[in-house]
Amino acid sequence: MKMRAFEYHRPETLAEALAVLAEFGGDAKVIAGGQSLVPMMAMRLSTPDHLVDISRISGLDEIKLADGRLTIGAMVRHAAAFSNDLVATTAPLVHAALPHIGHRAIRNRGTVCGSLAHADPAAELPAVARALDAEFVVANAHGIRLIPAHEFFLGYLTADVGDGEMVTEVRFPIAAANAVVSVQEVSRRHGDFALAGCVAQLSIAPNGTIETAALALFGVDATPYRSAAAEAELVGNMSTSEVFANAATKMTADLNPAADNHGSTAYRRHLAGVLVRRALADAASKFSLTIGALA
Amino acid sequence: MTAQMLSLSLTVNGLEHVLNVESRRTLAEVLREDLQLTGTHLGCEHGVCGACTVIIDGAAARSCLVLGAQCDGSHVETVESLAADGELHPIQRAMIDHHGFQCAFCSPGFLMSIKALADDDPDMSKEQIREELSGNLCRCTGYASILAGAEAAFDVISKRNKLNSIEETKNA
Repeated sequence: MKMRAFEYHRPETLAEALAVLAEFGGDAKVIAGGQSLVPMMAMRLSTPDHLVDISRISGLDEIKLADGRLTIGAMVRHAAAFSNDLVATTAPLVHAALPHIGHRAIRNRGTVCGSLAHADPAAELPAVARALDAEFVVANAHGIRLIPAHEFFLGYLTADVGDGEMVTEVRFPIAAANAVVSVQEVSRRHGDFALAGCVAQLSIAPNGTIETAALALFGVDATPYRSAAAEAELVGNMSTSEVFANAATKMTADLNPAADNHGSTAYRRHLAGVLVRRALADAASKFSLTIGALA
Repeated sequence: MTAQMLSLSLTVNGLEHVLNVESRRTLAEVLREDLQLTGTHLGCEHGVCGACTVIIDGAAARSCLVLGAQCDGSHVETVESLAADGELHPIQRAMIDHHGFQCAFCSPGFLMSIKALADDDPDMSKEQIREELSGNLCRCTGYASILAGAEAAFDVISKRNKLNSIEETKNA
């Protein structure tokens, strides 16, 4: 289908972009990479009157360390984030999740913040942001709001970004030096959104005790799903398959994924448990490799 | 909302164009309708099939998912850039040799995806090639012949690069 006509704006500065957003409010949409928005417009699921292209605003494509956090700007594309050494070393879970997003041609255009603001419940990056307690910087013409990940994702394709606002950056805490990560998912076809998936980051002491654990499921609820009980099951315990299985049981105990023609509720809940175990075992296996390398 | 017209400067296959296009035109539409470069095919028009893949500023992209307006000032390569002086590009030759074209609707997308990948890493493993090309759909060949053609193309390009670097070393 041909997308509905709109007026295209290409501001050169953030202030200009925020002024346009303030003027047109809910009738305006921000376009960064456009890899989620353009298909929605092509199917007329999204019909903005004004499109604000933020790709020419300088500074938005920066990746930097600031205040002990890794900051990724609104125009950082998936491919640029993936090949960035800072991301790989300070946010290994982000690095591990990126290759799972679409295909290379999509990652060459799509942006990290765009994926997050799109808030697809089956997408990887929102789960990563939720697991890592990322923080979002959302700006409007009057100032900024800092929003923690657990408040950012409101529902299906809905993030806490109001009319006249845009995400300008996302901040990830820097991972511990001994952090090990894993991203596990099952999808019908390669590159498709997942039926269910799990992201995990663990830090494990040399004696095998789990020091910290952060887990989130995606594709099983309207927003990324995290369980304090499952993480408590891990922390302080030894990194063993039995402990991982207990954590998976806790993680899926209250889970009630919606059924669709790709899978029933029971299947998706079962799958989520399997993926939790796989993600934990895979992350822990990398810890053993690290120890092996040190020995 | 009436249609908004935009002035757009675009370099396509080395030729610079200044165009006046509707803001809602995708890059694929600009190429096909405004520049009559109909080698770029539109399949699904929402980013699933990969038929419309072109190279924008050195990186593969789906031209149905990019607005022409977003490409103002960019360099775009399309399938029309491959053959030169009546000679097929080695990727095209390898695909023909391995029967990688059947109805050929998907071929421009495959060719440009392979071109971008081989420019980036001509020594990619067979498994990687297979994985990378999973974003391009074909509804007739069953993929085996396309993958065989792609592997042969990577082989030719890798060998050519090695020969060129030997030549350069000799001449240095």
